[in-house]
Amino acid sequence: MLYISHYIQIQKGKVYKDGALYFEDSNSEFKTFAKNLYQSLEVQYPKFYKMDNLCKLAFLASEIILADNTTLDVALIFSNKEGSFDTDIQHQQHIQHPDEFYPSPAIFVYTLPNICLGEISIRHNFQSESAFLIAEHYQTEYIRPYTDFLIRSGKAQKALCGWLKMIHGNYEANLYLVESAGGLVHNKNNIENIINNNLNI
Amino acid sequence: MTTLKEQLKQQIIEALNLEDIHIEDIQDEDPLFGEGLGLDSIDALELIVLLDKQYGIKLTDPVKGKQIFSSINSLADFVAQNRCK
Repeated sequence: MLYISHYIQIQKGKVYKDGALYFEDSNSEFKTFAKNLYQSLEVQYPKFYKMDNLCKLAFLASEIILADNTTLDVALIFSNKEGSFDTDIQHQQHIQHPDEFYPSPAIFVYTLPNICLGEISIRHNFQSESAFLIAEHYQTEYIRPYTDFLIRSGKAQKALCGWLKMIHGNYEANLYLVESAGGLVHNKNNIENIINNNLNI
Repeated sequence: MTTLKEQLKQQIIEALNLEDIHIEDIQDEDPLFGEGLGLDSIDALELIVLLDKQYGIKLTDPVKGKQIFSSINSLADFVAQNRCK
């Protein structure tokens, strides 16, 4: 049997880790909130500031949930509904501006949602299995057995999974870490409680 | 030239989102890539766009780019000699 060892929720200026409030900012606007959370983590990683908002959200959530992790063999399985649409819009606004139609390379490189997997992998030196799935809702029926397969077949020791939302300033991250030991059984009910924010105290 | 160097530093900080860096942190002779500001290949593309957008300079020769972007001094010299706006 596999277990969920840690889970995290980030939404509306608040961060919950394993159901308990971990960080709260009076300013829930994402740019300010993300910067304040980043600084509170005392992480030295200047590339954070160059990331798009989806990557910043995934980066911050993974920094917190992987704080005690020591293995490099962590699969990443993320999903969302919007893909990289939030950054796609910014890129479009750049290139269709009547006078200043210069595309920004730094924005363009983030017009794929799976870049956030790469950013986390670079940060933690992961060379593991990864997938970013676009779907209307979190596909527990597919992702749970896929996660089980990755760990049981030895393709990964752990798997960091979950849902990310970043669109028009609305943000939400619900990630959970699956491994051989933990406080919650890795089953459909617990996964959906995490994704739907039902476990916060 | 001093004003142009300060202007370039500010534009680089803004264009590359160097939030922890201030104008006074960038020395005129410091390398911009590698050990200096630690810029990467995407930053290099962003600097090329910056030159076009702010100064009307189209940089097409990547070999020249390496020398031009070696420091604020070399970048300011190049901009002063080639700017169209």
